[in-house]
Amino acid sequence: MTGPSLPLIRCEQVRKRYGHRRILRDVSFSVAAGEVLALLGANGSGKTTLLRIVAGLDKPDRGEVWLGPVPLSNAGHEIRRYVGVVAHAPLLYDRLTGLENLRFYARLYDLDDAEARIEHLLRSLRLWGRRDDAVRTYSRGMSQRLAIARALLHDPPVVIFDEPDTGLDRQSLDDITELFTQLRSRGRAVFVTTHDAARAFSWAERVYELRKGCLQQIAGSKRNGE
Amino acid sequence: MMAELPKEGGQFRTRGGLAGYFRVVWAVADKDVRTELRAKEILGTMAAFSLLAAVIFGLAFDLRVPRTELVAPGILWVIIMFAGVLGLHRSFGSESDLGTLTGLLLAPVERSALYLGKTAANLVYFLIVEALLVPTLLILFDVNLLKPLILAGLLLGTIGYVAVGTLFAALTARNRARETLLPVLLLPVLAPLFISGVGLTAAVLDGRATSEAWPWIGIIALYDIVVFAVAFLFIDLIWEQS
Repeated sequence: MTGPSLPLIRCEQVRKRYGHRRILRDVSFSVAAGEVLALLGANGSGKTTLLRIVAGLDKPDRGEVWLGPVPLSNAGHEIRRYVGVVAHAPLLYDRLTGLENLRFYARLYDLDDAEARIEHLLRSLRLWGRRDDAVRTYSRGMSQRLAIARALLHDPPVVIFDEPDTGLDRQSLDDITELFTQLRSRGRAVFVTTHDAARAFSWAERVYELRKGCLQQIAGSKRNGE
Repeated sequence: MMAELPKEGGQFRTRGGLAGYFRVVWAVADKDVRTELRAKEILGTMAAFSLLAAVIFGLAFDLRVPRTELVAPGILWVIIMFAGVLGLHRSFGSESDLGTLTGLLLAPVERSALYLGKTAANLVYFLIVEALLVPTLLILFDVNLLKPLILAGLLLGTIGYVAVGTLFAALTARNRARETLLPVLLLPVLAPLFISGVGLTAAVLDGRATSEAWPWIGIIALYDIVVFAVAFLFIDLIWEQS
């Protein structure tokens, strides 16, 4: 396993522009194993763009993203096995059941122990009783929990969350907070974006804000007592 | 068990090989067909359009054409072309609308396997629609299209159409105007296939020598090979910024 000294996510001098608009200006940060890093920012500040670049869905104009020792620019498709993404949309097929959705993604990830892994995730995320229902009958909170199950199905070392708290009730938010604690204790690197500063401080060791394309660390994270 | 990143300078272990590649193709096709059997969006639209178009062509030509064999080849291929466009834009369009296209692109699989899986599912839809259309034309026009060379040409032509159509559907998936953009891009590219399909069907229906039909089959087969080669070359590029 990658040692704790080597960050699982390392973003170096990343720049991105769309047309004449600079979205990201020399953004650099790293996330170690067992660490949660939260990113704050207004709508359109570039949070999702940065997240997509870290997830390998988009390419920076300049700079490099590393997952462990591997630069994304030189990595093949196998690198995607090491990243789980909970996007703003749940990335689920609404006509399929929860179980069918996870089985489909398990086939894409070619998992050896798919059925056991799916059952474990569905039970731990309180969806086992609704596993045979079509996803379109799920509430927002249930869809979000299934999206988390999809992202964690292949047990990736790097997990990325794009505003996972949007539209969730208190119970679901508590579930996410608990999930971050578990991921931290199991040595995963978690990168999460949110609009809610108080929540960011409660979730993360370090909190950054993306403003005018620049990344600024915000002092006073409650977790590490800065 | 957590997937482990390779150590510095290490290599990724590629899983599955060719069998793994085709497992992904099958998974995507299976998922698409399963979803479509519940939604009936693509099949329902294509089948309804095909049958209605056949009836309208039947009404239009019934009193004026002395031999329906003269118009049947054109009618067959025109209906397939337009019905196909109706279905193809949903192939990636529904994935784009649901956001699941991102889920597919996040998976550690070859993009070409996703493309082939989508192509296979589209081929199933097309063949089901054609299985309804050919007997309908037999009833309405009294033209027997159930001849081996016509069916072979239809199968090969459908494979080529679906291959190029799925590629263009991937290209236009994230475009808001994909419903109008797809036919504008696709129909000119389909011209060689359309001309060959009509030529082959007419040659067989006119009872000309088999040797006159084979060159058309050859052109369609060549078209298929070229389309798949182009698709495999460009599919990564199409999805690079998706």
